Amino acid sequence: MLTRLANPTRFLRLADRLLPWLGAATVLAFIAGLVWGLGFAPADYQQGDTVRIMFVHVPAAWLAMFGYSFMAVASFVGLVWKHPLADVAAKAAAPLGAGFCLVALVTGSLWGQPMWGTWWVWDARLTSMLVLFFLYVGYIALWSAIDEPERASKAAAILALVGAVNVPIVKFSVDWWSTLHQPSSVMRLDGPTIDPSILWPLLVNAIAFQLYFVTVLLWRMKAELIGRRVRALTLGLAAREA
Amino acid sequence: MDTVATFLAMGGYAGFVWPSFALTFVVVIGLAIASRRALRKAERQLALLEQSRPARRARPGKAA
Repeated sequence: MLTRLANPTRFLRLADRLLPWLGAATVLAFIAGLVWGLGFAPADYQQGDTVRIMFVHVPAAWLAMFGYSFMAVASFVGLVWKHPLADVAAKAAAPLGAGFCLVALVTGSLWGQPMWGTWWVWDARLTSMLVLFFLYVGYIALWSAIDEPERASKAAAILALVGAVNVPIVKFSVDWWSTLHQPSSVMRLDGPTIDPSILWPLLVNAIAFQLYFVTVLLWRMKAELIGRRVRALTLGLAAREA
Repeated sequence: MDTVATFLAMGGYAGFVWPSFALTFVVVIGLAIASRRALRKAERQLALLEQSRPARRARPGKAA
């Protein structure tokens, strides 16, 4: 599958076939998730309506971690096997991951103030999430700091891989340290501990976020591939005129 | 009307719930628009380049 897709032209054709469906599914899932989460899911008996913040906070945080893991795996594939789409995929994922990391941080703050009585604490979960955000920013900055794509992709890939240690730290921070943040209540070995009336709309929202990620990732990868082709053609033209 | 007001009040937490959704909306739509724009721009540039080099497109056929 991965080797078949190594041909960018074939990848672009496949992306074009998938994108209309992905786009439609994303919009539908977002509408369903929003209406369910804001309109029909019950308010929590302790947290009241602030629990609705969870419907954006949790999917955003999941995507922030998924995005980084995706970036790290793609960087590894790019470094080791020189797969031609790997660094394109990693580069395309970074702004999405950074965006969702920011959403997770700010919505967490907006949820923390009424429920914990504070906007921010320097506990393990919040701090490691902030580190994740800075890793994203550093990765994006590194790409734009180095002109030559070949060198930029290598340097960025190494940063992505080094930073990957932080992903399990984010995930398990709530178990390893005593934090204000609650422990996992969905992705647990013994099954979710959230009531189904809230769990289902949460999952619909998570699906919507994930579909969105794939859709916009494909747009970004297409743009990058076409941009590289433009650069190659421009350089070719310049070389011929010289 | 009353139900709308109740809905908007979010049990007194409107000031926390709505900004959360608003920020998510801004980020989601913003990234989508920026990515779309970059894609359109790249596609336009490629079309322009290919238009300005019709000779190259014909060449493989002639050479064969």
